[in-house]
Amino acid sequence: MDMPLLETKGLKKYFKTGRGMLHAVDDVNFKIFKGQTLGVVGESGCGKSTLGRVMIRLLDATEGEVLFEGKNIMDYDKHQMAEMRKELQIIFQDPYASLNPRMSVSEIIAEPLKVCKIATSKSDLEARVFDLMKQVGLAERLVNAFPHELDGGRRQRIGVARALAVEPKFIVCDEPVSALDVSIQAQILNLLMDLQDQLGLTYMFITHDLSVVKHISTEIAVMYLGQCVEKAPSDELFEKPLHPYTQALLSAIPIPSLKHRNMQNVLSGEVTSPIEPKPGCRFAARCPYAKPECTGKNLELKEVSPNHFVSCIKFQ
Amino acid sequence: MSEKLLEIKDLSVVYHTEDGEVYAVNHADLSINKGETLGLVGETGAGKTTTCLSIMRLLPEKLGEIISGDILLNGESIMSKSEAEMRSIRGNEVSMIFQDPMTSLNPVYTVGDQIAEVIQIHNPNYTKEQVEKRVDEMFLMVGLPAERKTEYPHQFSGGMKQRIVIAMALACEPNLILADEPTTALDVTIQAQVLQMMKDLKEKLNTAMILVTHDLGIVAQTCDSVAVMYAGEVIENGTVEDIFEGENHHPYTVGLFGSIPDLTSKSNRLHPIDGLMPDPSNLPKGCKFSPRCPHCKDICKEVEPPVIKNGTHMIRCHLYK
Repeated sequence: MDMPLLETKGLKKYFKTGRGMLHAVDDVNFKIFKGQTLGVVGESGCGKSTLGRVMIRLLDATEGEVLFEGKNIMDYDKHQMAEMRKELQIIFQDPYASLNPRMSVSEIIAEPLKVCKIATSKSDLEARVFDLMKQVGLAERLVNAFPHELDGGRRQRIGVARALAVEPKFIVCDEPVSALDVSIQAQILNLLMDLQDQLGLTYMFITHDLSVVKHISTEIAVMYLGQCVEKAPSDELFEKPLHPYTQALLSAIPIPSLKHRNMQNVLSGEVTSPIEPKPGCRFAARCPYAKPECTGKNLELKEVSPNHFVSCIKFQ
Repeated sequence: MSEKLLEIKDLSVVYHTEDGEVYAVNHADLSINKGETLGLVGETGAGKTTTCLSIMRLLPEKLGEIISGDILLNGESIMSKSEAEMRSIRGNEVSMIFQDPMTSLNPVYTVGDQIAEVIQIHNPNYTKEQVEKRVDEMFLMVGLPAERKTEYPHQFSGGMKQRIVIAMALACEPNLILADEPTTALDVTIQAQVLQMMKDLKEKLNTAMILVTHDLGIVAQTCDSVAVMYAGEVIENGTVEDIFEGENHHPYTVGLFGSIPDLTSKSNRLHPIDGLMPDPSNLPKGCKFSPRCPHCKDICKEVEPPVIKNGTHMIRCHLYK
């Protein structure tokens, strides 16, 4: 099999807090192949955004490796990392907060081109900015507009253009559509998928909304309290979810059809604290099938059918 | 069979801003029966929240103005009510759950005190013990341990804060709750919990509710009737069956459904509505949706679409004349 574009090995990120170590990302192993999309799903506080940031080294990992085309980028020095930034980019969640309000659209999109010294002459820069704007569907007349003049959908298009400016191979999409209205959400999702087809991009798509991720992902990883509890090809995960948490997440999505009324099974309890978690299944406290054996011993992600991994006592 | 609790007739609201007049709500008609849940659906800026604020008479002073129409609560117009009368209606008869539980609680008061305040104001002759007892009851009702009433908002998670806001809204057993996107800020599993709880409480107290949301999934799961708003107008209105299973729909409603990622289908592309919401200070002539509509005809750009009624189902569109 080919070498994955990006691979994580035993990736951990702990934060120090007043009450002990917070295990934001705890031993995560992924492989993402070129041209594919890995969807990462979980509730707020499960460590999915931290994972996205550690993978492109916006945060340094506590332990573990991130291999990009086989090389561990965790060992890179400042200069090597600066080069790496051209390959690894990110689109942030909130298009209202991630754009500098004092910069115009063209300045925002031109910034990475200048920083990475991709375009140096003024005319070259201008041409590149217009190309990028066209690529993401922003009208040329908006070139001198400021972010506050634009709506959420257009702002997120600027975020996409900015990420594309350095022609990266890999983009972390950190909840890029959760702040947008449904009809605009669909426009941005379609745009991201079109760009992937045209440019052969590889995505890691972080979201709390399973219905969003289904359409865009090749593979989906479900995270709970810093750990990956289930990983499977997109269709399989929706047809045959194995982990009780995945099942609960799926059944919690309100379906826009009257046939499914009153069919939800509602999960009780809330996400427990990720600070100094005890060994054992972290979902056990909310799990409807929890048994005494679930606590005490850490579980491994086990391959139950080809490419379908799950970490649950039922399948150990 | 059922009594009309609230009736909105031809409501128009305008905001006077520095950049000119913003037409937030335009000739909206709505009605809701006792014990019924109405889903109010639409995108940001469609006028959903403004409609709710008008019912509460909480539009920003001087800035927002109701320029036409009438709002009847139990058959009585609230437009001519004095501020003092409105204060006794708010919380007691109609109460509102705001969108963001993080910002709608006061960070420097304990949550118990904040719920007690509502009870005290509307029941001035309650003793301290009676108020406390009622606060405990409210905590229990929304599934929180009563011991936690002495804690501050920051000590609770988002889902718990939303429960507290709901407890506050229900404290005086209002006849009507206006829930403005009560679960948008919450995770799916917590959202399911909160919706289930609201449904149970509604059945227990027979409260009517206007549920503002842009999630059609939530509407299908919880509402009895639906009104779709676009650019300040109610463009489609009917029972849930009309909206989800009816034959004819407003092209905008069709677009909204097309935008939702469908879990059961295999197709990868979504079918969003092209373009954006019109600027409410500069609305297009004729049908407000015409610039984005795939079925747009010449007449749509000139003449406002007629109201077409088929039983309980209302559509405002030239297509079905």
